Parts: sequence; C-alpha cells; structure tokens
Amino acid sequence: MNARQEYTIKLMKRYRMSYVMMLPYLLLFLLFVVVPVFVAIFFGFTDFDMINTPSFIGFSNYKKMILQDNLFLTAFKNTLLLATITGPVGYLLSLFLAWFVSDLSPKLRALLTALFYAPTLCNVYLVWQLIFSGDSSGFLNSWLLKLGVINTAKQWLTDSDILLGVLIFILLFTSMGTGFLTLVAGFQNTDTSLFEAGAVDGIRNRWQELWYITLPSIRPQLMIAAVQSITSAFGIGTAIDLLCGNPSTDYKAWTIMNHINDVGNVRFEVGYACALSTLLFIFMVAANRVIQKLISKVGN
Amino acid sequence: MTSKALENGRRSKRHIFHKAKVNRSHAGNAVVFTCILILGAFMALPFVYALGSAFKPLNELFLYPPRLLPQNPTLDNFIGLWTLMKSSWVPMSRYIFNTLLITAAGSAGQIILASMCAFPLAKHPFPGNKFIFRVIFLSLMFHASATAIPTYIIMAKLHMLDTYWALILPACASSFGLYLMKQFIEQINNAVLEAAEIDGANIWQTYIRIVMPMVKPAWLTLMVFSVQSLWNIGSSTYIYSEELKTFSYAVSQVVAGGVARTGTGMAISVIMMVVPITVYLITQSSVMQTMASSGVKE
Repeated sequence: MNARQEYTIKLMKRYRMSYVMMLPYLLLFLLFVVVPVFVAIFFGFTDFDMINTPSFIGFSNYKKMILQDNLFLTAFKNTLLLATITGPVGYLLSLFLAWFVSDLSPKLRALLTALFYAPTLCNVYLVWQLIFSGDSSGFLNSWLLKLGVINTAKQWLTDSDILLGVLIFILLFTSMGTGFLTLVAGFQNTDTSLFEAGAVDGIRNRWQELWYITLPSIRPQLMIAAVQSITSAFGIGTAIDLLCGNPSTDYKAWTIMNHINDVGNVRFEVGYACALSTLLFIFMVAANRVIQKLISKVGN
Repeated sequence: MTSKALENGRRSKRHIFHKAKVNRSHAGNAVVFTCILILGAFMALPFVYALGSAFKPLNELFLYPPRLLPQNPTLDNFIGLWTLMKSSWVPMSRYIFNTLLITAAGSAGQIILASMCAFPLAKHPFPGNKFIFRVIFLSLMFHASATAIPTYIIMAKLHMLDTYWALILPACASSFGLYLMKQFIEQINNAVLEAAEIDGANIWQTYIRIVMPMVKPAWLTLMVFSVQSLWNIGSSTYIYSEELKTFSYAVSQVVAGGVARTGTGMAISVIMMVVPITVYLITQSSVMQTMASSGVKE
C-alpha cells in the first residue's frame, strides 16, 4: 500500500460519520435517479415486455426507431422543434423579464416576480384549455368572432394546422420555471459599483451595460438557469396531453415523451421504451453540454 | 446614513424604478415598462379568468361574448362543488387527504434527507466528495420523466407500486433540492463550524444546532419547490387504486365533466392554485436569497 492510498483511507476513517449522514439521501438518489438510467440503457438492448424473460437483441431497438417507426420520426421532429423554440425563447424571455424587473422598486419587483412565476407554480393548463376552447362560446373564439377577425370558431387545440403554434404560445407563458427565479436573484445581487465604474469607462446605454457588465457577473446563474430550461424543454409531454389530448390530432404535437409513455405504458414494449429513454437522455445531456460551452463565452 | 443615501431613499419612494441607475434613459424605461405590462397581462390572464369564472353565476358563465370578471359575484360554484364532493364515489376529502399527505411527507423527507447529505458534501473534504457532486449535477441535466419506465420496473420489483411511497420517495430524492441546499451551505463561514467542533460538538450536533438554523431560507425554498411539484401531481402511472389518487387528478375529472361543470371546474381550479401560490408568497424573500447562491461555480 502506498502513502497516497494510506492517506485516503485515513481520511475516509476520519469522515466516516459524513458518509453515514449522506447515506439515506444517496440511497434514494441511487434508486430513483442513477439506477433507472442504467436500467434504461440495459433494457434498451433487449425485447423486454414485462411478462416474458427478456432476451438480448443488440441494436435492433435503435434500428427499429429509424427504419420502421414513422411515429418516432414525427416525435423526434416535434421534440426538437418544441425544445429549440421553447427552450431558448423561454430562456431569453425569462432573462429579459428578470432584467426588467430588477430595475423596479423592491415591492413591485417581488409582486411581478410572483406573477411571472405563478404559471410554473400551479397547473394552469385547464384554464388555458378553456380560454382556447374550440366552442364558439370559448373565450378567445367568441371575442374573435364578435370582433370579426374570424368567421367560424377555430379549433385552437385540435386543428392540426394550428395546434402546434398555439401549444408553443401557451408553453412559453408557462415555461419561465425556476431558472427565472435564479436570474431575478442574480440581477438583484450584482454589484452596483460596477455600473458606475462602467459608466466612467464609456458604457453608454443599458444594452452595453447588460452585455459587458451584468451578464458576465451573473454567469453562474445563467448556467444553472439554462440547465433548468433545457431539461424541461426536452421533457415536454404531460402538458401536451392536458392541452391537446392524447394523442394530439394527426400526432401534430407528439413528442418523444409521449411516444415513450405510449410504447411503455400502453403497448408494454418496455425494451423499446427503454431504448427511447436512453436516446432522450443522451440528447438532454448533450444539449446541456453545448449550451454551457456557449454561455461560458458570454461577454468575452 | 449619509445624506446621499437619504436622498436615494427619498427618491425611491417617488419612482417605480428604485435605483437611480446610470445608463437609463426615460424612453428606454417607458419601453421596458410597456413590455412588462403586456407580458404581465398575458401571464395574469389564466388566473384572472379562473378567479372571475369561479365567482360567476350560471347565466354569466355562458354570456356572449364572455366577460373576464363577474358582474354579480356569487358563491354558487363553490356550493355546487361541495355538493359534488359529497356525491362522488370516492369522497373528495379522500383525494384532498392523499394530496396533503404526499405533499407534507415528500417535502419533509426532501428537506431532511437533502440537508443531511448537503452538509458533508459542502463542508467535508472526504474522498469521493467531488465525484458524488458531479453525478448529482449531471442528474440536473435530465428530466425524471425520461426515466419513468425504468423507474416503474424498479418500483414493481420493490412492491412499491400503488402505494404512497411511489410518489413520496422519488420526491425525496430530488437532485435540484440537494443542489440548492449544498450551494447555500457552502456560504456558511467555516470558522463558525470549527468553533463548534472545538467546543466539542459532533457532526450531528453541528448539523442540528448550527447548520439547520443558518440555512432556514434554503429549506423554505426546498419546501416551495417540493410543494409545487407534489401538489400538482395528477394521474400517475405508479398509482391505480381510486382511493390513493390525488386531488389534482380529481380536479381534472371534474373539469372533464363537460361544459355544465365549467363553473365548478373553475372553483376547484382556484382552490388548487391558492396553496402553492400562498406558500411561495410567504417564503419569497427566502427563495430569492437561496436562488442567489444557486449559480454554477466554474
């Protein structure tokens, strides 16, 4: 045993109580977060169906996705579309709103932060569903009919031509997320003396100030907020069920999350569902990595 | 207080923009304020609509064109909800009990377990510390629902399906809560912890007497986030017995009852919204304090 190993063991003995203290959480974390990932990877290579003993089938599930499953390709396209729109746009929206409210007086700031965060706090999809109801007596329809903007009631959430657009609109208003709170807190805590120093150094307007001073100083908050928004953008699924029904008309808003639930919980092709989960997992982590690289360049 | 600070204080009372910041033009402020108003109105729309409809009498609910606010507010919808609650197959009080139990147990479990894990992780340089934190950070990058199917398999093996545990235990394992807690505990001055150690406190005493009181904002924040996610759990694939289902599920059933249930549906939606919003409003300054420390340190 060399000196380094001896030292490590000594440290481990010294901190044995720390390990004991962490154990309950780490056990649950392993069970519900880490193990599922490995289970997904493992069963992704099998034809498991919850009843028969699974047998190893190599990359067949992954081949099936691309070659045979048209619905998967639709889901893949929609997920990318929804994620690339609601992720970045939602993120920028929350960044700008956080920036805007940071200029306000503390009371008004707290109030507006609560208002902007409220749609994340509670499930408002049922209300949106009524506002966008396809009935001619629905809130939006009846006003648009009255004002003469449309002639017949629009099926906002079931018409295959428009439902995706309406969905994106609603999701943007409900996707501020916890990242928004992080950003508000970040803006609130920037060092105000930096702004005065910046003004002396020739910063002329609020945009220059944002780019050269504020954003670089809240980079840590930008990072975690981005992680949050990308992760939730790729996980969109339940919201679609609630708004557009399951499945949405012509599968226009069918996402990988919907597809996983359908394949796994309805058709019990668990092996295939696990392969899909693995793929989605890889996408989420990869997208996060790319965005983090981009953010580390902000203001440089 | 210096005269300049006093002057700033006075100015803040007269203006909505409190800090007399440099680099702010009046035109710019006007544009910013307009943007906030428009976006704020959209965000408020579902809430005003739900609140308005919940207090509308039947004839106003189907008024053409509909109005946002009731003209003759009434409690009819809430009374109707009460009648419906009594007549439903599984009593509505059971759904409410389930949601309250899951929310309370899940939140308490998450706060206690996450802070117990976060304290050593933030302050003790034991071997494996960095690795564990890296794994936890990585797990922030994917949505738990992506692994719902393998989680189902695990729960089936542990005979946890169709029990409260299926909803409570995964909530306790939330990695975002742990992450926030760890970042917050990191800010505690090491001298305070060392002083406690010198006075003879063991790790458990330090945790209970020193760390927990100091990180109150963080556990209030964890409470907000777990209440937010647990209170809104609707139908879950892990639960199939009717008497174990949640309030949010019952709400969606009432609303799915069709147009005739619009008023009742809105009344019950308002009740659903009140709880997480109240919890957030009460704790919002703690939440802001916690989120300020949540950044990713490079």
